[in-house]
Amino acid sequence: MAKKPDLRRFPGFYGITLLCLFLLYAPLIIVAIYSFNDSQSITIWGGASLRWYEDVFWGLEADKFKQAAVNSLTIAVTAAIAATIIATMAATAMLRAGSFRGKGASFALINLPLMVPEIVTAVATLIFFSAIGFTTGIMTILVAHIVFCIPFAYLPIAARMEGIEDVYEQAAQDLYATRWEAFRLVLLPLMMPGIISGFLLAFIISLDDFIITNFVKGAGVETLPTAIFGAVKQGIKPNIMAISTLLLLVSILFVTLSYFAGRMGQNRQ
Amino acid sequence: MPDGNGTIAVDIDNVTKRYGDFTALRDVSLAIADNEFFTLLGPSGCGKTTLLRCIAGFEDISAGAIRLYGDPIAELPPNRRPVNTVFQQYALFPHMDITRNVMFGLLRLGKSESEARKRAGEVLELVQLTQFATRLPAQLSGGQQQRVALARALAPNPKVLLLDEPLSALDLKLRQAVRLELQQLQHETGITFIFVTHDQEEALTMSDRIAVISDGRVQQVGTARAIYEEPNNKFVADFIGETNLIDVAVAAIDGATATCTLPGGAQFTCPAASGAHSGQGHLSVRPERVSLTDPAQAPLSGTVSRLIYLGTDMHVDVTLADGETVTARVQNSADTTIPEKGQTVGLNFEAGAARLLVD
Ligand SMILES: Nc1ncnc2c1ncn2[C@@H]1O[C@H](COP(=O)(O)OP(=O)(O)OP(=O)(O)O)[C@@H](O)[C@H]1O
Ligand SMILES: [Mg+2]
Repeated sequence: MAKKPDLRRFPGFYGITLLCLFLLYAPLIIVAIYSFNDSQSITIWGGASLRWYEDVFWGLEADKFKQAAVNSLTIAVTAAIAATIIATMAATAMLRAGSFRGKGASFALINLPLMVPEIVTAVATLIFFSAIGFTTGIMTILVAHIVFCIPFAYLPIAARMEGIEDVYEQAAQDLYATRWEAFRLVLLPLMMPGIISGFLLAFIISLDDFIITNFVKGAGVETLPTAIFGAVKQGIKPNIMAISTLLLLVSILFVTLSYFAGRMGQNRQ
Repeated sequence: MPDGNGTIAVDIDNVTKRYGDFTALRDVSLAIADNEFFTLLGPSGCGKTTLLRCIAGFEDISAGAIRLYGDPIAELPPNRRPVNTVFQQYALFPHMDITRNVMFGLLRLGKSESEARKRAGEVLELVQLTQFATRLPAQLSGGQQQRVALARALAPNPKVLLLDEPLSALDLKLRQAVRLELQQLQHETGITFIFVTHDQEEALTMSDRIAVISDGRVQQVGTARAIYEEPNNKFVADFIGETNLIDVAVAAIDGATATCTLPGGAQFTCPAASGAHSGQGHLSVRPERVSLTDPAQAPLSGTVSRLIYLGTDMHVDVTLADGETVTARVQNSADTTIPEKGQTVGLNFEAGAARLLVD
C-alpha cells in the first residue's frame, strides 16, 4: 500500500487548523471567561468575581431562570426516555425482525428528521398542533421533543445492535428462552451501552433545542434556551454568560458520558 | 452402531431446505440412533450447519419431516425442542459469568436458583472448569471457552447434543486432547451427539457412524471403517483419506464383483460398489495397499516420477504409460528397497484392496 501523504506537510496546514479552532472555540472561551467578570459591561474586564453566578441563582431574574431550568430538565428527561424506548423498539424491528415490506421506507422515516431543516419541522409542528386543536404549552413542547429526539437516540442504539451477532439470541433460545426472554436477558444487556449513549444524546439535543421549542411553546412557558433568548432581546447582561456557561458544562458532561458509554461496550466483547 | 437398544433418536426424513432458488439440502434422510456419536462430515458449504440448524429449529425445512424419539418437531420453536447446541463461535453470553452462563438453560426450564447453581457446579466439574466459575467468558482461553459452551449445553441434560465444529478454533494439540474428552463425555452422559466437522481425521477417530455429505446430499452413511474401506462413490473415496483413482474399462459385473481391464490391458477382478455398471469406471486403491514389485509380474507398471520422504514412510508417484499417476506408500523400514526416480517398477495390489466405483 502506498504511504499516506503526511497531512501536516500541506501548505497552510497549521494556519487553517488554528483558524478553524479559533472560530469554533474562541466565542465559547470568551463567554466562559467573561462570565466571571466583575463589571457590568460585557466587553470590559473588571476583575474576577462570581457575582453573575450569584445573580443567576439569587438575583432579580432568578425565579424566571429557575422555572425555565426545571421545565428544560423535565422535558429533556421525559423526552429522552420516551425517545430511547421508541428508538430501541424501532432498532429491534429494523435489525432483528428479518425483512418486511416497507423496511427501507421505515429506515428513511426514522432518520428523516435529521435531514429536514429544523425551521420546517418547527412550522409544520405548530400548524399540526393548531390544526388538531392541541393547546400549546409544556405538553406540546414535550411531544415535539420526543419526535425529533428519536433519530438521535436511534443512531447509537442501531449501531450497537448491528455489532451484536444474532447467535447470542439463538443460543438463548436454544437454551429454552422464549423470544422475549432472549431479548430481555441477552440482547438488551448487550445493547445497554448503545441505549445509554442514545439516551444521553437525546437528552442533550432536547435540552439545547431552541427553534422548535420557540414555535410550539405556549405563552409564558419557557425553557432555558428560550428564556436566554428572551433575556438577550432586552440587551445582553453578563448573567446570560453565566447561564450559557452552565449550560455548556452540562452539555460537555453529557456528551462525554455518552462517549464513554459507547466505548464501554467495545471493551466488553 | 452403538450399544443402544435400536431406538432412533433423531429421524431425518427426506428433508429438503431451499433458500430462494438455492437448494442447500436435498432429500436428506438419516436415522440417528439413541446414544450414538454421529458425525456429519463434508466440505465447506455442503450444508452441514444448515442441517444442524434445521434440527435445532433455527431454520424451517422446505419439505420432509424431523422426528425426535418419534415425535415430529419440525413445527416447534427452538426453545421447545429438547436439544442443545454447541455453537461454532461458542456464543457465550459475554455479560454473564461462567456459572450464570451454565445456569441459563436450567433457569429457563423453571429450575430454582439453588438447584440450577448446584447442577452448574456439577457440570463445570465434569469439564474441569470449577476454578473459573466466577470469570467472564472474555477472561478465558479459547479451549476453556469451548468447554464452557459444552457445559452450558450439557447442563439441561438434553436428549440430543448438536455440536457445530466445536474444535475448529483450537490448535492441533488441544484439539486432539479435547477429542478424547468429548468422546469420553459422550460415553459417560449417554447423550446422543450429532457432531459436525469438515476434518476427516476428527470424524474417523471419534464417531460411531459418519454421514458424508456433499452438495446438500448424503453420499454415504456408515462406520469409519466402512466409509474408508468400502466407499460408495468417487467423492467419498477421494474425500476420506487419500486414494488412487485408476480409470478402467468394466468388462462384466456379477453381483458385487466386477471384472475390469486395467490401463496396461491386464484383467482384474475386484469388489464393486453398488450401482457399478459396465463401461467406464474408476478403481480406487489406497496408497498404503499398493506395493512395488518386479514389472514383469505386476498387473500395472510405470516409471517413478516423484519420491516424497515423509519420515515413517515414503510416497512413490508412478506414472503409467497413459499418463495417469498412481501413488504407493512404502514403509520406511530396513528391508524395503526404495526405487530411484526414472526407474521402471511394477505396481501390485490385492483384489480386496481395490474397489470399483461409479462417479
Ligand atoms: N441464509 C442463507 N441464505 C442463502 N443461502 C444460505 C444461507 N445459509 C446458508 N446458505 C448456503 O447453503 C449452503 C450450505 O451452508 P452451510 O452453512 O450449511 O455450510 P457448511 O456445510 O456448514 O459449511 P462450513 O463447513 O463452511 O461451515 C452454502 O452454499 C451457503 O451459501
Ligand atoms: Mg458450518
